[in-house]
Amino acid sequence: MSGTTQTPATTGRAGGGAERATRRTMTYLQAISDGLREEMRADERVFVMGEDVGVFGGAFKVTDGFVDEFGTDRVMDTPLAESGIVGTAVGAAVVGMRPVCEMQFADFIACGFDQLVNVAGKMHYRQGLAVPITVRLPSGGGFSGGPFHSQNPEAWFMHAPGLKVVAPSTPEDAKGMLIKGIRDPNPVVYLEHKHLYRRVKGEVPTGTYETDFSARIAREGDDLVVIAYGAMVHTALEATAPEALDGASVEVLDLRSLVPLDEEAILASVRKCSKVVVLDEANATCAAGAQVASLIAERAFEDLDGPIVRVATPDVPIPFSPPLEQAVLPGVERVKEACRDLLAY
Amino acid sequence: MATTVRPTAAADGVPDVPGHLTRADRTELLRAMLSMRLIEERAMSLYRQGRVPGSFYDGFGQEAVSAGAAFAMAAEDRLCILHRDLAAHVVRGVEPARILAQYMGRATGVTRGRDGNVHFGDKDRGCVGMVSMLPDMMLVATGMAMAFKLRGEARAALTFFGDGSTSRGDFHEALNWAAVQRLPVIFVLENNQYAYSTPTALQYAVPPIERAGAYGMPGETVDGNDVEAMFEAVRVARERAVAGGGPTLIEAQTMRMHGHAAHDDMRYVPAEQLAAWRERDPIDLQERRLKALEEPVDVAALRAEVQAEVDAATETALAAPMPDPATARDGVFAEEAVPLGDGRAPWSGFAREAAR
Repeated sequence: MSGTTQTPATTGRAGGGAERATRRTMTYLQAISDGLREEMRADERVFVMGEDVGVFGGAFKVTDGFVDEFGTDRVMDTPLAESGIVGTAVGAAVVGMRPVCEMQFADFIACGFDQLVNVAGKMHYRQGLAVPITVRLPSGGGFSGGPFHSQNPEAWFMHAPGLKVVAPSTPEDAKGMLIKGIRDPNPVVYLEHKHLYRRVKGEVPTGTYETDFSARIAREGDDLVVIAYGAMVHTALEATAPEALDGASVEVLDLRSLVPLDEEAILASVRKCSKVVVLDEANATCAAGAQVASLIAERAFEDLDGPIVRVATPDVPIPFSPPLEQAVLPGVERVKEACRDLLAY
Repeated sequence: MATTVRPTAAADGVPDVPGHLTRADRTELLRAMLSMRLIEERAMSLYRQGRVPGSFYDGFGQEAVSAGAAFAMAAEDRLCILHRDLAAHVVRGVEPARILAQYMGRATGVTRGRDGNVHFGDKDRGCVGMVSMLPDMMLVATGMAMAFKLRGEARAALTFFGDGSTSRGDFHEALNWAAVQRLPVIFVLENNQYAYSTPTALQYAVPPIERAGAYGMPGETVDGNDVEAMFEAVRVARERAVAGGGPTLIEAQTMRMHGHAAHDDMRYVPAEQLAAWRERDPIDLQERRLKALEEPVDVAALRAEVQAEVDAATETALAAPMPDPATARDGVFAEEAVPLGDGRAPWSGFAREAAR
């Protein structure tokens, strides 16, 4: 798969010669666990810290069973203190560790915002000191989590210089991008959409490998492109299946990484398709999709055959009750309608 | 977990000598304080000449806190240094010319013009510079100590913060976290009586040192104007930390003798409060102490030596170029992660340990 590079940890095993990586089917959640476990085996500097990640295995069970293999020092149950989690991770990182922080829900990173944005993000620019931390954010809505368990806070961090922000949509990318993030010398904000955890399955290479922080084409097409990331990639694929749109050929571009943003991949798809829907689950104002729309308007205006269409969550807190939540989150029907209108433009 | 209060130096008396300092050590402590004062005096005059952009922050009257504390830290220890702690940088080995270049935003300053005034730490000397959000670095130091403990290393981290910082959540999170995990970290509360213009009476109802026991760590109030008392308190705390005894909260009682920054005339500070503290200047105290030794130290010669160093450093810094505007976007992201390096640790005790 493009952007995936096999790393020495899975090749050149003793006596193995050209041993080939095997693939296993797993859920998105299992792939995250697998990546974390493999990287902890490969690099003793890597450790996990967060609330209830130890014996309990994490609120979503990403670190289930880790304590048995790695012990409570490397699978650390911390006090309930998000600023503390990010701040101490920074301290551990600058003396040679590779901490992986779990926020119990992405929403709680608000309490660690200052440490992430002001301390971690600016450290290298100011002092030339690298901060290799990974902060895992279980994000997104769609299951009555309400206003404090459903947010997509990626844009907060896209706006803060010095942070990388990634949001994989498939199990294979989830594992490869987590490993790449842990190895990256910079703070990496890793968004794992909760709605993908057990819903999405796929083949995942065993061992360790890195997936680039770049976009990938999830489905080729040439009449229109939907640009999305995270869970919305799956919404886009469903909404634009050929049978759903009278045979129209719709490309789906999975951004995978928001910082760095793969500008050339975006522009290439737009130039090919000439019509673009930018889809994200976050609140619309200043969202990742707004940045993508701005880029297209600046650099591909002449290639467009219609207005840039945005589909996103309106600027409201994510409501609890299912009919209210479904009324605000972008769903298959809304995306389909947006595509249909734009195709007819 | 009893809180102890160390006797402070009487206005005209000189307290007993701790047994861990040689005559050379005690002279070094004075040298570090003199460096801080003379560098900052020079920086203030450069500021008045318009050569220091932004504002200027100094630690006049607080020199003993950072000089004494940093002197007790080993080369492999790590420090998070605050804005009135210039002597800690000096002790760790940062050259005065780089400090003055830092103030003036020159390319040769510690942050190469990326950050201003005292917002710097020399990564190659085991130091991390502060951010303006106080006391964020308490958590960073706690995390350093957490890594030392995870790896089973006999090292400690130290962080400074002020009386105003005790009101913020990170103060609580760091003290609690460090105590729960029993980490080798030393928290130095630099109580200089004012957070900008806000006196401690508006900052807390319970003296912060009394909270140490509640968090589960020893706490000690030290005369922050006595550099040897500061050294001794941190030496003991460090010894406990590296032996697995956990964190310590040290409150250094001192006074901010200048405004929050150069623009602040601090009319809110009563004149009699300043006058009382002026009698207890940390550099005067150490000079008197060294002059009274059986083999007195030539304090005037030391002062002249440091002044000459600062003069030379000023020339070097003034000759240094400003950063190239074309580099303004460089270095937001790191290409590789290199952990902090070791700093200078001039205390003779470390050399004695190494020789053993």
